[in-house]
Amino acid sequence: MSKATFKGGIHVTGHKELTSQATTTVAAVPDKLYIPLSQHIGAACAPLVHVGDRVKKGQCIGDVKNFVSSPIHATVSGSVAAIEVMEHPGGSFVPCIVIENDRLEEWHESIKAHPDPAQLSPDEIRAIVLEAGIVGMGGATFPSHVKYSPVEGKSADTVILNGVECEPYLTSDHRLMLEKSDRIVAGLGYIMKCVGCRRGVIAIEDNKMDAVAVLQEAARSNPAISVVVMKEKYPQGSEKQLIYACTGREVPVGGLPIAVGVIVNNVGTAAAVADAVEFGIPLIERYVTVSGDAVQKPTNYLARVGTLFSELIAQSGGTVGEVERVISGGPMMGKTVFSPDVPIVKGSSGIVVLTKPTGQSRTEYPCVRCAKCVDVCPAFLEPTSIVKLAKRNKWDEAETANVMSCIECGSCVYVCPAQIPLVQYIRRAKQAVLAGKAKAAAVK
Amino acid sequence: MTTQNDLLLVTSSPHIHSPDNVPNAMRDVLLALLPALLCGLYFFGLPALGVIVSCVVSAYVSELLCLKAMGKEVRITEQSAAVTGLLLSFCLPPALPIWMAALGSAFAIVIVKHLFGGLGQNVFNPALIGRAFLLASFPVAMTHWSKPLDGVTTATPLGILKEATGQPLPHLSELFIGTVAGSIGETSAIAILIGGCYLLYRGHIDWRTPVSFLGTVFLLTAVVGTIKGGGIQYPLFHLLSGGLLMGAFFMATDWVTTPVTKLGRILFGCGCGSLVVLIRLKGGYPEGVAYSILLMNVVTPLIDRYTKQRVFGGGQSNG
Repeated sequence: MSKATFKGGIHVTGHKELTSQATTTVAAVPDKLYIPLSQHIGAACAPLVHVGDRVKKGQCIGDVKNFVSSPIHATVSGSVAAIEVMEHPGGSFVPCIVIENDRLEEWHESIKAHPDPAQLSPDEIRAIVLEAGIVGMGGATFPSHVKYSPVEGKSADTVILNGVECEPYLTSDHRLMLEKSDRIVAGLGYIMKCVGCRRGVIAIEDNKMDAVAVLQEAARSNPAISVVVMKEKYPQGSEKQLIYACTGREVPVGGLPIAVGVIVNNVGTAAAVADAVEFGIPLIERYVTVSGDAVQKPTNYLARVGTLFSELIAQSGGTVGEVERVISGGPMMGKTVFSPDVPIVKGSSGIVVLTKPTGQSRTEYPCVRCAKCVDVCPAFLEPTSIVKLAKRNKWDEAETANVMSCIECGSCVYVCPAQIPLVQYIRRAKQAVLAGKAKAAAVK
Repeated sequence: MTTQNDLLLVTSSPHIHSPDNVPNAMRDVLLALLPALLCGLYFFGLPALGVIVSCVVSAYVSELLCLKAMGKEVRITEQSAAVTGLLLSFCLPPALPIWMAALGSAFAIVIVKHLFGGLGQNVFNPALIGRAFLLASFPVAMTHWSKPLDGVTTATPLGILKEATGQPLPHLSELFIGTVAGSIGETSAIAILIGGCYLLYRGHIDWRTPVSFLGTVFLLTAVVGTIKGGGIQYPLFHLLSGGLLMGAFFMATDWVTTPVTKLGRILFGCGCGSLVVLIRLKGGYPEGVAYSILLMNVVTPLIDRYTKQRVFGGGQSNG
């Protein structure tokens, strides 16, 4: 079988064997859960509960009437202990609803299985997805109901489920595919119905052939769904690179996947859609990998949203060695947190805890024009040329050099022998270009 | 898990990196030059050793002095000066007086590298300019060639071909092994190929440059050979003689002075190959590898500009 892939990219040591073989552990639910009012791209929710209120599992406790937003739900039953600002794994500080767990696990009355989910109309499915607070679970956390809403003049013919998981250490999607293949296939069916697509594709990297086999078996009954094997390469899971590998279509610069008739969702999102449509269960728990060379017993967990990173690290036997970094997500595109006392959110695919790397400290050398960054860039940019402009604050020229097309995958930094923080300079240039545009708009 | 005194490091992604760095890459290049170095020492003995040592030491000292004088951080560790010195010595005649070798090496480092801005900024390949400088300044000493192992004065294979003195041309196998007159590190094709393959294997050079460079020379000389009736021997003789292999694998693949785009590297190689054939067949010198690469160095920015990749999902990348 030929394997689908994209041009450019890098090979990174996966370290996936640390967690990929063991069955997922159901994480112990802590006494207190911290549920951020913003776990998605878009407007933050306003709390619907007050301190002291009793809440039940699955109850909607935060919402806002903006189109691009997503409600949040209580992940246990208990009482609201506080509403306070705390660190979010995304790097900002946001208000969180703190729920004291009463350990009764009492479901809210609104949670009801649907008698006949096959009869639901696309609009009804979309409404359920919105109410269940489902967002992109691969990390981007874009509200799914927005993605499924029709765009004028554009229609999708293919839904791609992203089961690539190209980030090192992470295996949560891998385990989910092995353990919940029927949920993923069912969810894909509902998404295809919701957006009116006849073709569904599940994309998996060739380092997870066991998951390929399981999903092929699960999808056997539905001829509209196929499993595509992708070459193991980073960033294969990046949306635009994935679409290209699966369909040969290039999303135009500045465009969304719908521009080429494609909708991409994470495999976890599809499973969450199935649970919401069939059982009425909102997105309150997810698969999370806890791994890294500083973790005693790397493990995959099914954890409630609002569980602190530190709780899961402790359940993994704590840390070994000198902990240097705690990363929310994978080490290529994840964010380091200031403290391990941050909660799991809807987009938390993993927690990677790393010790200080051995060997020389990283020093930046002058660019030697080796062009390795040019060779690996999956957006076909010349990172070194853009960075030379960014270093001199030449934002207009950086924009002409297509700096805005950078997907910030970090491949250039990974390979750079001069150890130049290329993508960091590029991020700065992108911000400056956006700021310049905002300023120009304000003047008009 | 953490206390105030035990803070976490917060960095911007990516948080992991490949172990490759400039010093490691330079060490790999030095390693790749080792077979040619050993062959040069075996064939040309003590005089060659003198030239090599004086070039490398002079390059090192010049690098150090330049960094000091310019108030730059002394980071000789990148060993790029050693690479320059070694490469220069490889394209010099073994009997060259060592002070000339040292002078050429200093010129390469001071004028060609540091006056243009130091590591990564030079327009020309420093080693090749060093050679061109020496050839212009000391034309007699720079064209005094000796036979390997016994040191008897003789002409290089390309010299014999150019002058057509009736002296018999060396056999191809001699060119392959390196038992012919020539520059210290350039006579043994097999030694250079081993080093070149190592660099390819380690991912430090792109196959496009040597393949397009050598391919162009082969094709053009094959055409000439067919017309002249030299057969397959003729293009193979051109491929294996002079500094062509050293140039194709170690000079035209220099990171700093060659294009960054893939298409650009192919054009660069084709340009070098065409110029080599033109100089060898129509020029005044028997050999033209150094000048051909230097001429192509000049057009590198132009090549880069006109071979920009199309950006993913859009029009032309014209940065």
